[in-house]
Amino acid sequence: MTLTIHDLRKEPGSYLPGSAACPGCGATLAFRIASRVLGPNTVYVVPASCFSVIQSPFPKSAISAPLYNIAFPAAAATASGVYRAYKMLGRDVNVVVWAGDGGTVDIGIQALSGAAERGEDIIYVCYDNEAYMNTGIQRSGATPLMAWTKTTPTGKREMPKDMPMIVAAHRVPYVATASVGYPFDLANKFEKAKKMKGFRYIHIFSTCPPGWNSPVSKTAEVAKLAVDTYFWPLYEIENGKLRITVKPRKRPLKEFLELQDRFRGLSDEQIEELEKIVMEKWNFLLHLEKSERVF
Amino acid sequence: MGLGVPIIIPVSKPSKGAAGKTGLWRVERPVVDEDKCIKCWLCWLYCPEDVITEGPNGFPQIDYTFCKGCGVCADVCPTKAIQMIKEEE
Repeated sequence: MTLTIHDLRKEPGSYLPGSAACPGCGATLAFRIASRVLGPNTVYVVPASCFSVIQSPFPKSAISAPLYNIAFPAAAATASGVYRAYKMLGRDVNVVVWAGDGGTVDIGIQALSGAAERGEDIIYVCYDNEAYMNTGIQRSGATPLMAWTKTTPTGKREMPKDMPMIVAAHRVPYVATASVGYPFDLANKFEKAKKMKGFRYIHIFSTCPPGWNSPVSKTAEVAKLAVDTYFWPLYEIENGKLRITVKPRKRPLKEFLELQDRFRGLSDEQIEELEKIVMEKWNFLLHLEKSERVF
Repeated sequence: MGLGVPIIIPVSKPSKGAAGKTGLWRVERPVVDEDKCIKCWLCWLYCPEDVITEGPNGFPQIDYTFCKGCGVCADVCPTKAIQMIKEEE
């Protein structure tokens, strides 16, 4: 069964208005929708990230669910402990790690990999704004090729890590990519993950208007275009079987790049090169979709 | 073993407006045109700040105390029923 807007509106969320998030923040948008699907029986673990700031200063919090703030590399390890503590108490709760791309792809990868290998019963969510945004836009392992950040002033020269595939290689039950531009797809992936057991991983493409220098009102548009231009393919890997969940609407990559100043100044050859890389990835996914098991 | 030091447990309590009245950040105010609105609730779905609720007349109502005026609602509205209007001084 797929979720509709009416199902989502009925559920109470765990996000309260008036947080410290920037206007047009993709992370709060993702959290709003995800928390409605996950329900009140959920505990969040947040490593250092934008989301530690979004919660707002002590003694108030914009998140109405139990939430545990922890050091950068320890999110998945903490969540494993939280889940086991609740299990000892005889309570069945969703333990969700809500981490940024720095806390997942770079600093938290060791704990994440360990928890995935042990098959801990947690949902790990990475909201990916493709750089260290809350410290001031430094490059991360998830920053795309040729993107401007403060530490890559002429554009990043390395490829980003393909984190969903790295986690999928641990042979975990569920891995999915999502985008804040496709909220129903995102909600349904959380619904599916919630009903499963074992280590589940969801990687959300989350727009950051201040970091990407995109217009504040275009948060949804940018995330939508990322999918429609094949830049961020939406797929899920359920028990090893890959399925592409949203067919892109075949828009030229230029439309997506033009909306963000972080890709400003790319020459036509560079855009062509990016397009080639993006299409290579897409064709690879199409190829994987046909196979019985990805890993 | 009284040390005379007050002990503060670092637990934040959930509350609306945890970062103050964020409506003050707003430069442009979204206004819903109820004649054009078809109640698809896409504005509600995409609002990053969760400030859109159902008003007494069944149309979207925006909480201007906390709306940061990002304009995502106006951008996603399929009938262009939400206009962004400059805030007066």
